[in-house]
Amino acid sequence: MKGNLEMSETDKEVDALSGVETTGHSWDGIKELNNPLPRWWLYIWYGTIFWAILYMIAMPALPSLPGMGSRNTPGVLGMSDRDAVAESVASLHAERSAASAQLLDASLQDIQNNLDLQQFAMAMGESAFGDNCATCHGSGGRGAKGYPMLADDVWLWDGTLDGIEQTIRHGIRHEEDPDTRFSAMPAFGRDGLLTSAQIDDLVQYVLSVSGHEANAAAVARGDELFLTNCASCHGMDAEGSRDVGAPNLTDADWLYGSNPEDIRATITNARNSHMPAWQGRLDDATIKALAVYVHSLGGGE
Amino acid sequence: MTTVIDHTKSNATPPSLYEGRKQIYPKLAHGKFRMIKWVVMAVTLGIYYALPWIRWNRGEGIPDQAVLADFEGEKFYFFWFEIWPQELYYLAGLLIIGALGLFLVTSLFGRAWCGYTCPQTVWTDLYIWVERAFEGDRAARMRLDAQPWSFNKAWRKLGKHLIWLVIAFWTGGAFVLYWHDAPTVAKGWFTGEAPLTAYFFAGILTFTTYFLAGWMREQVCTYMCPWPRIQGALTDENALNVTYRFDRGEPRGPHRKNESWEGRGDCIDCKQCVQVCPMGIDIRDGAQLECIHCALCIDACDDIMKKIGRPTGLIAYDTDIAVAERAAGRKPTYKIFRVRTMLYATLMLIIAAMVGFGYFNKSTFEVNVLKDRSPPFVRLSSGDIRNGYTLKLVNKASGRRHVAVEIDGLDGASLQMVGLETEENGTVELDLGAHRVERFRMLVTRTPEGTAPRVNYTVIVRDTETGEAEDAAAVFVQGEN
Repeated sequence: MKGNLEMSETDKEVDALSGVETTGHSWDGIKELNNPLPRWWLYIWYGTIFWAILYMIAMPALPSLPGMGSRNTPGVLGMSDRDAVAESVASLHAERSAASAQLLDASLQDIQNNLDLQQFAMAMGESAFGDNCATCHGSGGRGAKGYPMLADDVWLWDGTLDGIEQTIRHGIRHEEDPDTRFSAMPAFGRDGLLTSAQIDDLVQYVLSVSGHEANAAAVARGDELFLTNCASCHGMDAEGSRDVGAPNLTDADWLYGSNPEDIRATITNARNSHMPAWQGRLDDATIKALAVYVHSLGGGE
Repeated sequence: MTTVIDHTKSNATPPSLYEGRKQIYPKLAHGKFRMIKWVVMAVTLGIYYALPWIRWNRGEGIPDQAVLADFEGEKFYFFWFEIWPQELYYLAGLLIIGALGLFLVTSLFGRAWCGYTCPQTVWTDLYIWVERAFEGDRAARMRLDAQPWSFNKAWRKLGKHLIWLVIAFWTGGAFVLYWHDAPTVAKGWFTGEAPLTAYFFAGILTFTTYFLAGWMREQVCTYMCPWPRIQGALTDENALNVTYRFDRGEPRGPHRKNESWEGRGDCIDCKQCVQVCPMGIDIRDGAQLECIHCALCIDACDDIMKKIGRPTGLIAYDTDIAVAERAAGRKPTYKIFRVRTMLYATLMLIIAAMVGFGYFNKSTFEVNVLKDRSPPFVRLSSGDIRNGYTLKLVNKASGRRHVAVEIDGLDGASLQMVGLETEENGTVELDLGAHRVERFRMLVTRTPEGTAPRVNYTVIVRDTETGEAEDAAAVFVQGEN
């Protein structure tokens, strides 16, 4: 609606058609009428101010008042987000307790074969894995250099349900736990057990057993070195040993890389990576759920 | 949209920044549109209050309420229809049809929604009816409000507010029934066993009904509701709006009996149209934001026209174009079939057909294959490639199913499901509970073939008893892209 604007006595612009004062602001030639606001609207605004004051008294509000240090006023209702979270977590545990108890009573194999329990364990395991394990092992257990892939069929120690539970519970080379899985590869180069030339020969030998191209003369020299230095753990045929977590060197799976530099670094300094023990940090039901979940990623034996 | 009426007023006193509400005392109208509004009110309120009580047998263990939004069971029931959360697009379709329906009605009849069926209008109308029962019609109500407090005034006011509150509570209570089993929650209500949310939402709706229909009324439409603004953009010069035919009415003025009608308009300025208006406006000012097109002014004016012996329809459903044409001495034309109305109607039909087709062809059984994103594929020590999936099976039927899962279109692949045996023919058989969504861990392994990093194939799930089969597209990743 187009209004003709004229100046009234009070120097205010008044829209001729409606007789209402305008705000004076023009948008693309359209001026807004300055109609009065409904009074209830004003009351609602007062109401919100009143509410804000009540809220400040009732709820945690003002930070860093003198004498309070870095704390805020607690509010007379004693509301605390931390308490609320603790309460929610407690009620979640209570809600889960029946199913958790079932997990505790059942063997890992039973959990996997009972579809209801399996679905519960998988959901619980997936979230616990994301929170605790994925930082190193990657989401879905995809692994990374130095952190084993959990979805394939290659296991350093044990890929059975019970073996996985044992690993999660006690960790690897977690020395505070007497039941931890333990072994130590010597740092052949750093500790002067082998010379640099001998290590070069061993690198060529390791490359050859896993089907890579290698210098034949060096491989021949390395054979003897391997038998005296490495075969006690990795085996005469270099296929490794799960008793001591010694990896199979003949397959295509390389935790620390398969190029000569990587292999050289491994022999020189050794790797001996760690995994913490989760017993005590996670409850038993969660550990069992994690074992079922990791087993189901694909590699379970 | 411009009218010929001059509204220039002098504006000597500085205007107040805030304005109190002026109480409106709508007078009772009699006539065709008032009757239509009574009927619409009875039907819509009847449906609203009664619907959750209708029982509808669906079988053992499934709610028997005809209309129910079952949040706990994650289903929505409407008589024959049952919608699962993953099928919410049917509701989206209905909402789109509803929106287009409003567009269509608006481009044909203006704000018919506001005037007849909007809950704000219906409940306000009901509340004014109660108000009239206690305090009388317009003149009596104005007198009563001007009176000092007396026993007469007190009991009338008290009675009115009590009945208002009862209606408000009934309204809030009925709302809650749509979300729970109605008899259970109604019984539990009075023994304190109803869910906390039921009391909460019933309380909120009791408050809003009482406050919006009793106290706020036209202020809701004028100040709070966005719909008048939207409708203002949807209506056009061909829409039938409640219109004062100024071409016939002007110049207006009082008329004495036996005086000639020559040289003057039919409007005798009796202000009946203003007195019946629940929005407190004068329809003779032309199309206005506040007007909800309830058509009560048509009834009021027609009454007067009959009394003074002039043709009815001085205020009527009419279009801007027709009024302009008549004013220019031409025969008015009406266009119902216009591009926009045809477009709205066609779109409604298309979407209704799509929703209908989708719904009636939907299966009671659904297969979803969700591939692991991480890792995308796994190379086994044998050199084979394995992909991991979550197989989600939805059984919407009311009985258990025994199904066989197989894969098709992936040569040399083997199927394995965690916790289940693979049969000799390469399939995996499993049981599905009634009305259940179940997840299974599925692993597919094969020797990589060809150079394509991704191979498409199909997962088929067959009901071993009925032979009913559903499939889902899946992808096997065997190398980096």
